[in-house]
Amino acid sequence: MAYTEEELKKELETKEYEYGFYTDIKSDTFPNGLNEEIVIAISKKKEEPEWMTLWRLEAFKIWKEMEEPEWANVHYTKPDFQAISYYSAPVKADPNKSLDDVDPELLEMYKKLGISVDEQKKLQNVAVDIVMDSVSVATTFKKTLAEKGIIFCSISEAIKEHPELVKKYLGSVVPQKDNFYAALNSAVFSDGSFCYIPKGVRCPMELSTYFRINQAGTGQFERTLVIADEDSYVSYLEGCTAPSRDENQLHAAVVELIALDDAEIKYSTVQNWFPGNKEGKGGVYNFVTKRGLCEKNAKISWTQVETGSAVTWKYPSCILKGDNSIGEFYSIAVTNNYQQADTGTKMIHLGKNTRSTIISKGISAGKSQNSYRGLVQISSRADNARNFSQCDSLLMGNECGAHTFPYIEVKNKTAQIEHEATTSKIGEDQIFYCNQRGIDTEKAIALIVNGFSKEVLNKLPMEFAVEAQKLLEISLEGSVG
Amino acid sequence: MDLKDKLISSFMAFENNVDIEHSVHDVRTEAMKNFELKGFPTKKEEAWKYTSLNSIQKVDFSIFPREENTLEYKDVKKYFLHEIDSYKIVFVDGIYSSYLSETTHDGVDICLMSAALTKPMYKAVIDVYFNKVASKDESLTTLNTAFSREGAYIYIPKNKMPKKPIEIIHFATGNEASILLQPRNLVIVEENAEVQIIERHQSLTSNEVLTNSVTEIFAAKSAIVDYYKIQNDAATASLIDNTYVDQKDKSLVKVHTFSFGGKLTRNNLNFYQNGEYIDSTMKGVTILGDKQHVDHHTLVHHIQPNCESHQDYKSIYGDSSTGVFNGKIIVDKIAQKTNAFQQNNNILVSDKATINSKPQLEIFADDVKCSHGCTIGQLDEDALFYLQSRGIPKKEARALLMYAFANNVLESVRIPELKTRINRLIAKKLGVNLGFDL
Repeated sequence: MAYTEEELKKELETKEYEYGFYTDIKSDTFPNGLNEEIVIAISKKKEEPEWMTLWRLEAFKIWKEMEEPEWANVHYTKPDFQAISYYSAPVKADPNKSLDDVDPELLEMYKKLGISVDEQKKLQNVAVDIVMDSVSVATTFKKTLAEKGIIFCSISEAIKEHPELVKKYLGSVVPQKDNFYAALNSAVFSDGSFCYIPKGVRCPMELSTYFRINQAGTGQFERTLVIADEDSYVSYLEGCTAPSRDENQLHAAVVELIALDDAEIKYSTVQNWFPGNKEGKGGVYNFVTKRGLCEKNAKISWTQVETGSAVTWKYPSCILKGDNSIGEFYSIAVTNNYQQADTGTKMIHLGKNTRSTIISKGISAGKSQNSYRGLVQISSRADNARNFSQCDSLLMGNECGAHTFPYIEVKNKTAQIEHEATTSKIGEDQIFYCNQRGIDTEKAIALIVNGFSKEVLNKLPMEFAVEAQKLLEISLEGSVG
Repeated sequence: MDLKDKLISSFMAFENNVDIEHSVHDVRTEAMKNFELKGFPTKKEEAWKYTSLNSIQKVDFSIFPREENTLEYKDVKKYFLHEIDSYKIVFVDGIYSSYLSETTHDGVDICLMSAALTKPMYKAVIDVYFNKVASKDESLTTLNTAFSREGAYIYIPKNKMPKKPIEIIHFATGNEASILLQPRNLVIVEENAEVQIIERHQSLTSNEVLTNSVTEIFAAKSAIVDYYKIQNDAATASLIDNTYVDQKDKSLVKVHTFSFGGKLTRNNLNFYQNGEYIDSTMKGVTILGDKQHVDHHTLVHHIQPNCESHQDYKSIYGDSSTGVFNGKIIVDKIAQKTNAFQQNNNILVSDKATINSKPQLEIFADDVKCSHGCTIGQLDEDALFYLQSRGIPKKEARALLMYAFANNVLESVRIPELKTRINRLIAKKLGVNLGFDL
C-alpha cells in the first residue's frame, strides 16, 4: 500500500466538482435588476392569470419593506439583488411538447448528469420534472400518473390548468411575508413543480424534480407545491446541481407541503449545488424555505443530504396542526473547504398527541462551518406531545467548526421532550483498525462516515441512498490529514 | 422620565460623591458611555429573547437611598446561616452595615469594595483586577460598572484559606417605595488558596426592588472557589446577576444557584478558562410558582486545552411561571482535549407554566468531547404509583420524587448546614412535610 496521504491530497486538489460543466444552450434571459416591471414581465411571460400577477406584486411590495436577515451563523457578501437576472429560460424548451421536441443538447446535458429523461426511467420507476435555470423543461410519466388522477406538472402549468388548487394552497404554509427570501421568491418565482395526489391514492412511483442553474448571473427561484389529499401517499425526491463559476449564484426556493387528514408525504433532497472551489471562491448561495402542514393523523417526513452550496440556510419544518400528526426530519449536512451551512428544522406542535423526531448529523471538514439550528415548540393546547432530537457532529481537522443552536419552547405540562447533542472526531485508532485489516485510509473514512450517517441514509429511497453515499465520499475525500 | 434617562442624569450626582481623580473613575465613565449607547436590552436581542425588562423599566426606582436604615440582628437572623460561624458582609439598602457584619484583615482581606476602591494600599490590586473579566459592552454590566462603589471585596493570598465561610447578604428594607441596588463584588483567590462564599439578596417588604449585581471572580493557579447563590427573595424583588469568572491553570470553581423566589431573576454566569487542566462547574436547582420568571444564561469559554466543564440544571415549574435556560459552550481552535458536559432537566407541573431551553454548542476544535442533553417531562407515573401503593400520600409522593429529581445537584454542596437549609427550602417550596428532615 504505497498510497500516502500526500498523494491522496494531491489527487483531491485536482479533483473537480463533477457537475461543474456549462452547457451552451441558447437562452432567453431578462436584463439584470428587480422592479415591478420585471415582476409583471415574468408573470406575462408565463401567461399567468391576473390574480397570480397581483399575488406576485403584493409579495414584491412586502419584500421591498423587508431587511435581509443576519441572525444565521454564516458570513458572506450579500447578493446584490439588482445585479441578478430574475428570469432565464432555455429558448427551445416548451414543457407542453413531448420529449422528442426537447433540445438534444439539453438531453445530452442530463445524460451527463446521470439523469435519463427517456424510457430508462420506466425501469427505475421514477417520474421526473426537470427545472433548468428558471423553467421546467420536461416532465415524464404524465400519462401513467394521470390515470390515477395524480397531477404532476410544472407550477406554471398548474397555475393555468388547476387554478383552484393553486389559489387555495399557494402561500398557505409559507405566506409571502414569511421571510425575506420567501417574499422574494413569491414575487419572482419562475417555475417549479406542482403535485396533487387525490383522495385515497397511493402514488405508484417516486416523483422527482431535478434543478439545475446553467446560465451565468442568474438566480434560481423555484416554487414547489405538493398537496396530498386525504389518505394518500407520495414520496418526492429533489436533486440539484450547478456549473462551476467564480461568482456566487443565488438560489432561493420555497417548498410547501400540505398533508391533509391521514395523508403521508415523504420529501427527500439531495442537494449538491456547486460548493465553490477549494479557496472558497464561487459557489451557490442556497437560501431555501421549506415547510409542511400536517392535518389530522398526517405525516410529513423530510430527509436531506446536503453536500453542496457555498452557503446554506435552510430549515425544512413541520407544522403539526392536526391531532395525532407526525413530523420527521432526518438530515446529513457535510461541509468541506470554505462551505458554511446553517441548517435544521422547526417542529411546531399545535395538535394533541403529535409526535416529532429530529435526527441531524453534521460533518465538518477543511475550513468549513456547520451549524444545526432547530426549534421545538409545544403550544399550550398540544397535550401529550412528544419530541426526540438528536444532533451529532463529526469534526475533521481543527480548522472547521460545529455549532448547535437548539431552541426548545414548551407551554404544556404533558409534553415530553428529549434533546441530545454530541461532538466527536474520527479516532486515529478507528482508522488504524481499518488500515490493519487492509482497508486504506480513504475507504476507512468513507466507512466511518457512512456508519455515522447510516440512520439518515436508511431513510432515503433506494436509488437516492446509493447516490447520497457516493456524494458523501466525494465531498469528504482528503479531509482527514 | 424613563429609567435610562434617570440613570444617565443620576450619574452626574454620583460623580459628586466619588473620587473622580482615581483611575477607576475612567473605567466608570467609559462604562457609562457604553450604557448610554446601548440602553436596556430588548427582546430583539438574541440573549434576551425570552426575558423582557419592559415592566421593570416602568418603575420609578430611587437610585440612591435617602437615608441610612438599620436592622436588628434578631429580625433578620433567619436569613443568615446562623447554625455556624461565618464572616459576614452585610448591606442594608446598598449601604454597608458594620453592626451586622463581621469582616477581617487577618491574613486574608474580607472587607468592602468601597474601601478597596478608595484606599491607596489596594490600588495595585484594583488596577490589576477591577473590571478586567467583566464585559465591557454588555449593557447591564456596564451600568453596574458605571455606578460601582460598594460591594464585597475578598482577597485570599497564596496558600491561604479563611477559617470559615463568607456570607454576603443584601437587605432591602422597603423604606423607599422602590429601589435600585447595584452591588459590585470582587473576589481574588491566589495560587493554591481556597474560599467558600454564600450570597443572598433579601427584600424585607413588598416594595419593589431591582438588584443589578456584578461579581468578578479570579481564581489563580490551583485555587478552589465554591460560590453559592441563594435566590429566595420576596415576590416583588427582581435580580439581574452578572458573574464573571476568570480561571487559571488547575483551578476549580463551582457555582451553585438555588432559585426559589423573586419576581424576575436573570443569571448571567460566564466562565473564561485561561489556562490548562481547569475544572468549571455550574449547578442549579430552580423551583418556581406563581408568575415567577427565572432565566439562566451560562457561558463557558474553553480557551486552552485539557479543561473540563460541567453544567447541571434541574428545574421544576408550577403555576404560571416561566423558565429559561440558555447554556453556551464555546471551544476554541486550540482547546483540544476539552470535555464539556451540559445537562438541563425540566419538569412542568402546571398547564400554564412555560419552559424555553436553548443549550448551545460552538465548537472549533476537533479532539473534544462535548455533549448536551435537555429533557422536558413529567414525574414518572409508575414511580408515583409505587410510592402510593406503599402508603405515601400522593402529595408527599410527588414531593419526594421532585426532591429526588433535584437532589444530585445538592450532593456537591460542601457546607453541611447550607445543604440542610436548602433541603428545607425545597421542602417548603414544594409545600410538604416529608416527616423527616431532608
